[in-house]
Amino acid sequence: MSTSAPVDVLFVLFAAGAIATAYLVFRTDSMVRAAYWLLASFVGVGAILVLLKAEFVGLVLMLMMAGEMTIMAFVMVMFMMNPAGLNPMLMVHQHKTAIAAGVTSFLVLAGAALLTDFPNAPATQTSRATEELGTELLGESMLVFETAGAALLGTMVGAVAVASRRGRYGDAEEGSIEPPLQPDEEWAQASAHRTEEDEHEPSVHGGHS
Amino acid sequence: MNLDSLLIVAAAIFGIGLYGALSQQSFVMLMMGLELMINSAILATVAFWAASTGGSPKGQMLAIVFMTVMAIEMALGFALIVNVYRARKADITEKLKKLKA
Repeated sequence: MSTSAPVDVLFVLFAAGAIATAYLVFRTDSMVRAAYWLLASFVGVGAILVLLKAEFVGLVLMLMMAGEMTIMAFVMVMFMMNPAGLNPMLMVHQHKTAIAAGVTSFLVLAGAALLTDFPNAPATQTSRATEELGTELLGESMLVFETAGAALLGTMVGAVAVASRRGRYGDAEEGSIEPPLQPDEEWAQASAHRTEEDEHEPSVHGGHS
Repeated sequence: MNLDSLLIVAAAIFGIGLYGALSQQSFVMLMMGLELMINSAILATVAFWAASTGGSPKGQMLAIVFMTVMAIEMALGFALIVNVYRARKADITEKLKKLKA
């Protein structure tokens, strides 16, 4: 696969940008900023996909991530402590193990990429790649495509069921309450006990009320 | 731009994502690590499609399946965040020491 010099320059720029912004996701205090750094990383990868002549996949990736990161920013403002990054924050556990795992996986994967001889069969007729993908989506691979659609529909129903206020065992805000073993027995009052426990727990939320 | 350099970029993004998924306490930051890992898988898949499959559209099909996986992971992740916050007022993994309320 040989590419022209301008494409190589663009590739280096987008690759460096994608890696740098991916790193910044875990280095910024503000979670909302982290969401948008992640979006920047996805845009970098999407641009590389466009350079590889996979225009459809690259643009769909950018579009999907733009919507997803907006939702993510909303979720952070709603539920997370310190979403604006006004206080310095480093909320990590097993930090050294995680760094070692990340570096090791990078070295192993990069080493595997360099040491393996992959078949050299670059894409031909690349200007028709999107057309070919469209024919594939609604032709030979239609079952895969439709299965993905059905899985997404199932996810939507499941996500609404999981997130809805009214859970299977009563109000979701009260936590799960076990159903009685005998039909005429009262429902266990697990919620009152749990609220008491919560009050004694030292607050982990810093400055968030 | 050749297959090796593309795979090294993908490996770097995967490493950062693995670090994030293992180290972050906040649920949303943890999910961002998972997203980065799937992102690198998409990049590697399309790199293989462009360099060593002769441009078969089935390679891009696989990338679309990865995107579906990503969307499902995000949707269920957000639903679980909402539910766990309702039930426990928890937003970090450390507050979920036991699964039963």
